[in-house]
Amino acid sequence: MTWKQRLGSATPLVLLTVLTIPVIVGYVWIMISTFSQRTYGLVPVDREGNFGGLTFENWSFLWDDPHIWNVTFNTIVLAVLLTVGVLVISAMAGYALSRISFPGRKTFLSGTLILHAFPSVTLLISIYFVLRWIGQIPVIGKGLPVIGGFGYDTVGGVALVMVALQLPLGVWLMKGFFDNVSWDMERAALIDGCSRLRVWWEIMLPSIRPGIAALSIFTFIGGWGAYLIPYTYITDQQRSTISAYLRALSGDTSPVNYSRIASVGVFQLIPVLIFFIFTQEYLLSIFGGGTKGGA
Amino acid sequence: MAVSTSQVGRPAQTKTTLRDVLRRMSGPFLFMSPAVLLTTVFFFVPVLILFRISLTNMSTATGLKNYEMIGFENYLMILKHPSTPVNLWTTVKYVVLTLCFFNVGMALVMALLSTHVPRRAGFTYRALWLLPRLTPSVVYIMMWKFIGADAPHGILNRHILGPLGADPSNLISTQPFLFVVLTNGFIGASFGMIVFTSAIEPIPEDYIIAALVDGCTPWQRIRHVILPMISWPLLFVTTYQTLSLLTSFEQIMLLTDGANNTEVWALWAYHRALANYWGNFQWGFGSALAMLLVAIGIVMSVIYMRFFRFDVLVQEPKIEAL
Repeated sequence: MTWKQRLGSATPLVLLTVLTIPVIVGYVWIMISTFSQRTYGLVPVDREGNFGGLTFENWSFLWDDPHIWNVTFNTIVLAVLLTVGVLVISAMAGYALSRISFPGRKTFLSGTLILHAFPSVTLLISIYFVLRWIGQIPVIGKGLPVIGGFGYDTVGGVALVMVALQLPLGVWLMKGFFDNVSWDMERAALIDGCSRLRVWWEIMLPSIRPGIAALSIFTFIGGWGAYLIPYTYITDQQRSTISAYLRALSGDTSPVNYSRIASVGVFQLIPVLIFFIFTQEYLLSIFGGGTKGGA
Repeated sequence: MAVSTSQVGRPAQTKTTLRDVLRRMSGPFLFMSPAVLLTTVFFFVPVLILFRISLTNMSTATGLKNYEMIGFENYLMILKHPSTPVNLWTTVKYVVLTLCFFNVGMALVMALLSTHVPRRAGFTYRALWLLPRLTPSVVYIMMWKFIGADAPHGILNRHILGPLGADPSNLISTQPFLFVVLTNGFIGASFGMIVFTSAIEPIPEDYIIAALVDGCTPWQRIRHVILPMISWPLLFVTTYQTLSLLTSFEQIMLLTDGANNTEVWALWAYHRALANYWGNFQWGFGSALAMLLVAIGIVMSVIYMRFFRFDVLVQEPKIEAL
């Protein structure tokens, strides 16, 4: 290899690294910040501004802040509800759209595609009214344990809205996964008198396990970090999510403790990073399948 | 004779068909109903509600009951509103800059670079670029606030601008637009990057080798061999991301909340109708603002369908008879 060739093959790597630095810097900062009293740039310092000041005290929110476990619990409930909802509903619809011929199938499929591209955040204003209306229905509106109900100002309501807004993506992906399953076994089961529901549950779902895993990780991470919809439809701090809690922390008028905020941020980031490290390949495949891009 | 047989035969036949149809329909109905119900309640009904509210003067002042229908007055008000030209220009600037530099530009650069390094390395870099999208938005924006924060805490001020001798300032307020584009761009680039990568990877090696043999420079190879072969994905990402950017506002809301001329159209609608400091929610006016975006969204989504031949994807299922 000549000197010039070596340079030629190294250039893309160097460029890639330079362009990726801004992505990495923020994560490095947040990790340093959670274990130091203060930070000057990326340098940990103590209260006088001298190098050092490494500490675990920023993590004391885990035991001395009564709200953190409350909002963590709510966030988990929201993310789990969202994941289960999106998976079950889109696996059902995706199966029907992939395997059953029925009137309206084509309309629904193209509708799904249109909705997939459709910017759902523009509907937040009117969904507010829909949720208020659902809230007036007895019991399921506002009277359920744990999730609160499915109306305005409940975790269940937020989950319901998020399930609905994610459905076009979920249905479309699920249909794609089902399309790739060989139909010999399914046909054999149907001829033997198996019901559609049983075929779906016992034959189809097990054959698209990787797809289910990918969609559930993707949806769970989405629910875990959700900010806009919970913030818009939950007024009560006690029932809000980690994102809203973190946002409130940094917006306080009292002197803001940035290292502590960073620690809550890391606390929220940990599950995401764990999923990210172990499932990059799945996640890349989901995004390849198409998602709401942009921001 | 023939008539009587058909008269005898017909009722029986109708009966079996009806039962047959019912049995055949119960399956799809069972599978489809949750999805149909949810999309109706949270997509179609809200579009109708939004349009209706946009024709009223509904606000905190009128309450949810005592509003009046005022026709298209809200839309006229948008035309005359002093903030309209400002926010419109902000929106155009935001969409065009983010699209050019990141969602398409950076995405293309990353896709080209990461396909020209060893496979494993390219994959790692692409995965890293997914991180901003996966990170909870509040945490992600918090990081950027620290990157741009005033000296001595801010990363840019401390490690780059300071040593260069520039005056420290809180870059989020002095350069708000730059940071709006950066924060959204680093999230948005990954979508195009993945689409472009999957378009570049299958390009046959022969084409590249032929170009090399002919003595192409790397730039010529990109310009005349690779780009023409991914023109379709390029067009797709551009149009798709235009719509996404046009209606996205979560990151801007968290970063500047519309201060310093960063109030994009979607954020304006959101502020007016659902969150403002004065507590006067103008649902009617906000709905009219949002309705304009919905209209653009509907038109553009239908164009995608026709233009990108999505209808070809809507193939017939394999098992029909059962």
